[in-house]
Amino acid sequence: MFYRESGQLKTSYQEDQALLSITQDRIGLLLILIGAFVLIPLLASDYWFTAILIPFLVFSLAALGLNLLTGYAGQLSLGTAAFMAVGAFAAYNFELRVPGLPVLVSFILAGITTAIVGIAFGIPSLRIRGFYLAVATLAAQFFIPWLLVKVGWFTNYSSSGVITTQPVEIFGYVFDSPVERYLLVLAIVSVLALLAKNLVRSNIGRAWMAVRDMDVAAEVIGIKIMRTKLIAFGVSSFYCGVAGALYAYVYLGSVEPDGFNLDLSFRILFMVIIGGIGSIMGSFFGAAFITLLPIFLDIIINDGAALLNLKLAAGITSVMQLLVFGGLIIFFLIVEPLGLARLWQITKEKLRLWPFPH
Amino acid sequence: MKSTKVALSLIVFVLFIGCSESPNTDSVVQDTDASDTQFFGVAGYRVGPYGPNGAPVATGYLDYLQMLNERDGGINGVKLTWEECETEYNTSKGLECYERLKTRNPMGPTAIHPMSTGITYGLIDKVPVDQIPLITLGYGRTDASDGRVFPWVFPLLSNYWSLTSAIVRFIGKQEGGLDNLKGKKIVLLYHDSAYGKEPHQLLKAEAKNFSFDLSMIPVPHPGNEQQSQWLRIKKEKPDWVIVWGWGVSTATSIKTAKKVGFPREKMVGNWWSGAEVDTLAAGKGASEGYYAATLNLAGDHYPVIEDIKEHVYDKGNGGDESYIGTVLWNRGVAMAMLTTEAVRNAQAKYGNKPMSGRQVRWGIENLDLSQARLDSLGFGKMVPPIKVSCEDHEGSGLAGFQQWDGGKWVSVSDWIQGDSDLVRRQVEESAAKYAKEKNITPKCLGE
Repeated sequence: MFYRESGQLKTSYQEDQALLSITQDRIGLLLILIGAFVLIPLLASDYWFTAILIPFLVFSLAALGLNLLTGYAGQLSLGTAAFMAVGAFAAYNFELRVPGLPVLVSFILAGITTAIVGIAFGIPSLRIRGFYLAVATLAAQFFIPWLLVKVGWFTNYSSSGVITTQPVEIFGYVFDSPVERYLLVLAIVSVLALLAKNLVRSNIGRAWMAVRDMDVAAEVIGIKIMRTKLIAFGVSSFYCGVAGALYAYVYLGSVEPDGFNLDLSFRILFMVIIGGIGSIMGSFFGAAFITLLPIFLDIIINDGAALLNLKLAAGITSVMQLLVFGGLIIFFLIVEPLGLARLWQITKEKLRLWPFPH
Repeated sequence: MKSTKVALSLIVFVLFIGCSESPNTDSVVQDTDASDTQFFGVAGYRVGPYGPNGAPVATGYLDYLQMLNERDGGINGVKLTWEECETEYNTSKGLECYERLKTRNPMGPTAIHPMSTGITYGLIDKVPVDQIPLITLGYGRTDASDGRVFPWVFPLLSNYWSLTSAIVRFIGKQEGGLDNLKGKKIVLLYHDSAYGKEPHQLLKAEAKNFSFDLSMIPVPHPGNEQQSQWLRIKKEKPDWVIVWGWGVSTATSIKTAKKVGFPREKMVGNWWSGAEVDTLAAGKGASEGYYAATLNLAGDHYPVIEDIKEHVYDKGNGGDESYIGTVLWNRGVAMAMLTTEAVRNAQAKYGNKPMSGRQVRWGIENLDLSQARLDSLGFGKMVPPIKVSCEDHEGSGLAGFQQWDGGKWVSVSDWIQGDSDLVRRQVEESAAKYAKEKNITPKCLGE
């Protein structure tokens, strides 16, 4: 009833190619943006910014990066955390060694550095695919943190291998309160997400999908396989690198190479799988699911216990959380293997017909 | 199938709505009136690869707080409340816990013990802004011992460099004098993380001082596979192996040493690698003779532990009876004692009411527990006397040494002081470098 596109006729090619062709979608996105940029900063507490919203946005960006590579171009990667590490340490070193470099420029340079590293590790994808490629990217996952530990220069010879990031300063303005940091991440993530959305609609994105669906056919219709795959690795790594820089600068404030371990790579891969492979929005859904659900379960289990006057040991809460979390993941994968993004799509289709489904 | 999908969408929707309920309004804190109690936020871990080691510490901490409530009605009439948050030894979960505990009470969580070097690093920049003292008892960032650069961070009792230096002296003693270290071969087997890298700088300096051969072998997290490391150790034939592990990696070190036939009497663990959970997990007959440093002595013959048994466990409360008197449980009790004594110290200055983070910070910085005071608290020789000052946030710098006799830990030496001049010099150097990087002017915070 409310979500129906009938009567919205397109009269030009431009309208036909618009990012959001339905008026309701445009209004919806506008409302979400207003909510994120205006309402949340007014309403949320510091706990929400630092413990929930900032990590959610940073992980969304990392998941988005992986989704471009795995979901759109079909190249499975287990090296996401390593690429994030490259981004974090590159931004740190640019800030450290080039005095007065604006932090945003460092982030971009960090992204470009990561893109170069990503392309280097993407070269094997020209010859191998599937599981074997996953193993090749696994090499990045082990090699990069090892290198960052081994070569003291990367950590500025810190005795413990931990780097503490410089203040986030743009044009002399220091972003130090949680709200400011949140807005900074939100702005960066919004711009990059918009870019990604347009990228996957462009000829590059279509080439990625063609390669993903059948690379021989793609080659036959004139898509250069090598170029397409390496661009996918480069762009994906750029996103992961920026996410890594934000993870270090805006979220944690200090990172060690071992923090970017295989666990983190898997977490991000799960975000992509649960959120929806090959969907920009799915990356956000997946990140929200994986970062918010444990916290939410923690709170309801604790509150539930308090309501029932049960005294739970802290350990039990955590174990229950893991149980429920694992169960939900399996449940989702069985019932909706295409992820939360697909659920959203189904909801939209239902809404179009509602309340007269026939 | 269709209806399942609709149901699923509903679940997701409810989850998101549920999440948007602010945790500030939760009723997990047990007390009714938050303003006249002292709230303790406890970030610990009982699950994950380090859970078996984290659980006794957290239990001891809570048991002591509970005992104070039952025996004395709190501290000077101020009741104690607390909430525990599970970090799983994971930095981002730890940060979430910190943010959560911070919101639970208007006065803040008294002081934070993150029980993880990684989480400590993440919090160092945050605590001055939030005005919450960060206590890292025998772990964390070593150069934070310089309180002029790190006014809010307290590596109480002893830091990693004092420990390293004390271990070298202990080995020297076993060899019949520090001069005999010359030409000896010592291997540092370390957990490959920020924690494991802390001793490197000082151990290298000590190797130069006493001209012993040093090689450092990393064990990747979590350390449950050390075959290649021990084959290398076997090939190098060192005189001593220093074990710098945590959780499952310590037990694996001892087990693998037995397998390759390296004598356990030539192994010294640091104080996070010497607990009952480690030696017992290594298997029967594997750990006899293994040495380890310690911040506190084991055993349950201290008056304070009698009090805990009487006021907490005999009333059917308390965490887990089997932990009582173990190294790590005693450490948890000592951690709680140092924190509550800091609160008591602050109350002497600011009055008998709940203390804010800033007031507790003053209480820690001016903490002075003589042997007489420790005796009257019922701790006796369980922990060394401690005197904290603005320059010295460590307060003691002593390490004890113990040996596993097959059933329990036996103390084998007095408290050993490392080369405090060398440690201090390196601490100040490193802190000054940090201050320069961060644009901090070193000064005492005072009140």
